[in-house]
Amino acid sequence: MTEAIKLKAKDYKSEVKPIWCPGCGHFSVLNAITKAMAGLGIDKDNTVLVSGIGCSSRLPAYVDSYGFHGVHGRGLAIAQGLKVARPDLTVLALGGDGDGFSIGGNHFIHACRRNVNITYIAMDNEVYGMTKGQASPTTPMDWDHSKLTPHGPGVRPFKPAALALASGAPWIARGYSGNPNQIAKLIAQAVAHPGFSFLHVMSQCITFCPEQTDWKAIVTEREEPALTSADEAAKLFLHEDGFQTGLLYREQRASWPPERDRAADQNALAGLAASFRV
Amino acid sequence: MSKRHLSIAITGAGGAGVISCGELLLQAWARQGGRGLLRKAYGPQIRGGESAALLKLTDDECYTAASHYDLVVALDWDNFARFEDEIRLGPHSRVLCDGSEEIPASVLAAQPGIVELPFAELASACHPEGRVNMLVLGVLGRLLGLPSVGLVELAARKLAGKPQAYRDAAAACIEQGAARQLDWKLQVPPTVATGACYMSGNQAAGLGALEAGIRFVAAYPITPASDVLEWMAGGLEQVGGQLLQAEDELAAINMTIGAAFGGVPAFTATSGPGLALMTESIGLAVASETPVTILNVMRGGPSTGIPTKSEQSDLNIALHGLHGDAPHLVLAPLDIADCVFTTGWAVQLAQQLQTAAIVLSDQFIGQSTAIVSEPRRCPSSAAATAVPTEGDYLRYKLTSSGVSTLASPGDAGQRFTADGLEHNEKGTPSARQSDHQRQLAKRQDKLSAFGFGDDWAQISGSGAIALVCFGSSSAAVTEAADLLAERGSPARVISLRLLAPLQTDALRAAVEGCSTVVVVEQNHSAQLLHYLKGYLDFPQAVHSYAMAGPVPLAPEAIAQAVTEVINP
Repeated sequence: MTEAIKLKAKDYKSEVKPIWCPGCGHFSVLNAITKAMAGLGIDKDNTVLVSGIGCSSRLPAYVDSYGFHGVHGRGLAIAQGLKVARPDLTVLALGGDGDGFSIGGNHFIHACRRNVNITYIAMDNEVYGMTKGQASPTTPMDWDHSKLTPHGPGVRPFKPAALALASGAPWIARGYSGNPNQIAKLIAQAVAHPGFSFLHVMSQCITFCPEQTDWKAIVTEREEPALTSADEAAKLFLHEDGFQTGLLYREQRASWPPERDRAADQNALAGLAASFRV
Repeated sequence: MSKRHLSIAITGAGGAGVISCGELLLQAWARQGGRGLLRKAYGPQIRGGESAALLKLTDDECYTAASHYDLVVALDWDNFARFEDEIRLGPHSRVLCDGSEEIPASVLAAQPGIVELPFAELASACHPEGRVNMLVLGVLGRLLGLPSVGLVELAARKLAGKPQAYRDAAAACIEQGAARQLDWKLQVPPTVATGACYMSGNQAAGLGALEAGIRFVAAYPITPASDVLEWMAGGLEQVGGQLLQAEDELAAINMTIGAAFGGVPAFTATSGPGLALMTESIGLAVASETPVTILNVMRGGPSTGIPTKSEQSDLNIALHGLHGDAPHLVLAPLDIADCVFTTGWAVQLAQQLQTAAIVLSDQFIGQSTAIVSEPRRCPSSAAATAVPTEGDYLRYKLTSSGVSTLASPGDAGQRFTADGLEHNEKGTPSARQSDHQRQLAKRQDKLSAFGFGDDWAQISGSGAIALVCFGSSSAAVTEAADLLAERGSPARVISLRLLAPLQTDALRAAVEGCSTVVVVEQNHSAQLLHYLKGYLDFPQAVHSYAMAGPVPLAPEAIAQAVTEVINP
């Protein structure tokens, strides 16, 4: 289309400078996204990045494609409406753990169930960063760094992969901001997957959770091929530590809506109007 | 000039088929060239509650709810009793009932003419699947002079998907009913013209939206808006569009915004509680300048309120419910047929002005069906502005009209990020005062500077009194003006179709020469009155007639209130 020569990852970056803190894991995700886009040779004009609100949701402005920075928690809804209306586009939804699993939790489970052909990248740093460090749905029970919950949230964190599986997501992977090359590969696979793909990225926030630098030591790369049995995946997601990375689960399931001819019947409108005449 | 009309109420249990009976009767009446309205009244239950088909056959299309009933068919008395507030009887009323139950004292006290007919017995005698509603249809058809063959054909069409036995039973019951000779002379209004349409306001709104180019609908069910969405689901399939059932109204409005961002004209429909959930994201549509149309079919509020009955009490939230300074469009269809025009106009305005349009219909016009002459259409607007091909694309460029070029994904080289964050002309987030003030002014100017033409209101009559109303109140207010004219106090009626941006100069000119203004609306707190007073310093004395629902506005009550205002 517009780009005749092969573009590099940096060519997919916009001129807008990220607002993120030094050391933020989201820089890795941004790099991985542009790298994956370059690898796939994606057409910038036919790609849309959609997000909600939060640090990670600022990402669309940093990529030179079309973008939509919406309201808190609703990025997935915008992305699905867009993809259903414009099946020709490549649509990626992005956001953080508060955006996707708390205020947008209902959209997350229904997006998994609905299986519209989009990719959802949740950048999970287990904290609300933009509002200066409150507990999110993935924060450990005893994390007591927030003035809002000085004794820790005291409730068990979500297991996003388990929730996605239970809700019907047909493609579930996990990445880690310390390994952007792996994230880039997973994004490329996610975009190629013909259905809803959920990429959960453990993306560190060293500003509010400096202890997350320890993640490096506990993250593992899963070597086995992706599980294809939901039973086995359920066992894995309920019992693992949440730091296994790689493509964890995939199943073949037709995405929604089914393809059909959307060519307008020129007489259809007249027919609808005529159906009211007695 | 007194209007001629005949009102008929058919009451029964939900599921007993009184609505079907009313619909078929009205369709047959339409084929004869008649005019009429069918209002549907329900209790909150889906089955086993009460249900009423409230018909008004008329000689024009100014459809107001009947103030009294000439003929009442009570399939049973328990269910009739639940409508006693709405279905008034008098000495001139006729009552048809089964005869197997004792007639309530309250009914006898009104001294109507009563005929007892053993519906249930007759229906089951003529066919094992025989149903009372079809028998009543036959009886009523004969009273109106409608040939039974036409009723049988319409019933067969309605029952097309059902077993043959149902159609046979309906035919037998209709014929049995039509064989009953009742010694009643009803004042049946004259017929007008054949070739009319038979539609509900919700269907009309759906048609207007599709004709204006809507090809994507996100839907979350809510009474009384679900039937718009259901009708559009079928319609969209035919015109090559797509409907998406959302998980909630928060998703519905955002899916609508997403589709619109994709360049596909997008729409959603809801009612008060759903509109409340959508308001944050309607603000996003305003800030990101994404065109969306939201049809809000008003019901009794606040909270769950009275979901099955009408009120005009969402005006405040439609006008003022968005946070921040968020100028947008608010329109209200004036009657069932006007739902086609006003919804179509709203879609076109939203697209042209790149903002959100809220259309305030209500349960009365939304769920009533009527026989209407071919509805007026909104002429197609000019083609969309061309996409620039050179230079830096500035999505939110400051222009003299306030409208900037809207590119969609797929357009080469126009890439931008739409944003609910305040932004500069390019769309880059900005918290600078200068950007904020410029973009606020841009979003306001594109509405303030736009020429909306003459359709902002429907103005009729003249006199010393101006009656100002909006949306579905129009018919009741117009009829009240007729009554006032008969009594020597002619009035001008100004029915507002465009509520925001308020056309203050045009409204000021419209009330000029009147000494008294009465603002009429169907809500408790006089929402329209306060809105108008906030924008206009009326030189006239301004009075309010604000009557909450759910019983429809009564022309006689309005006329009396106005008379008291002018002759205190």
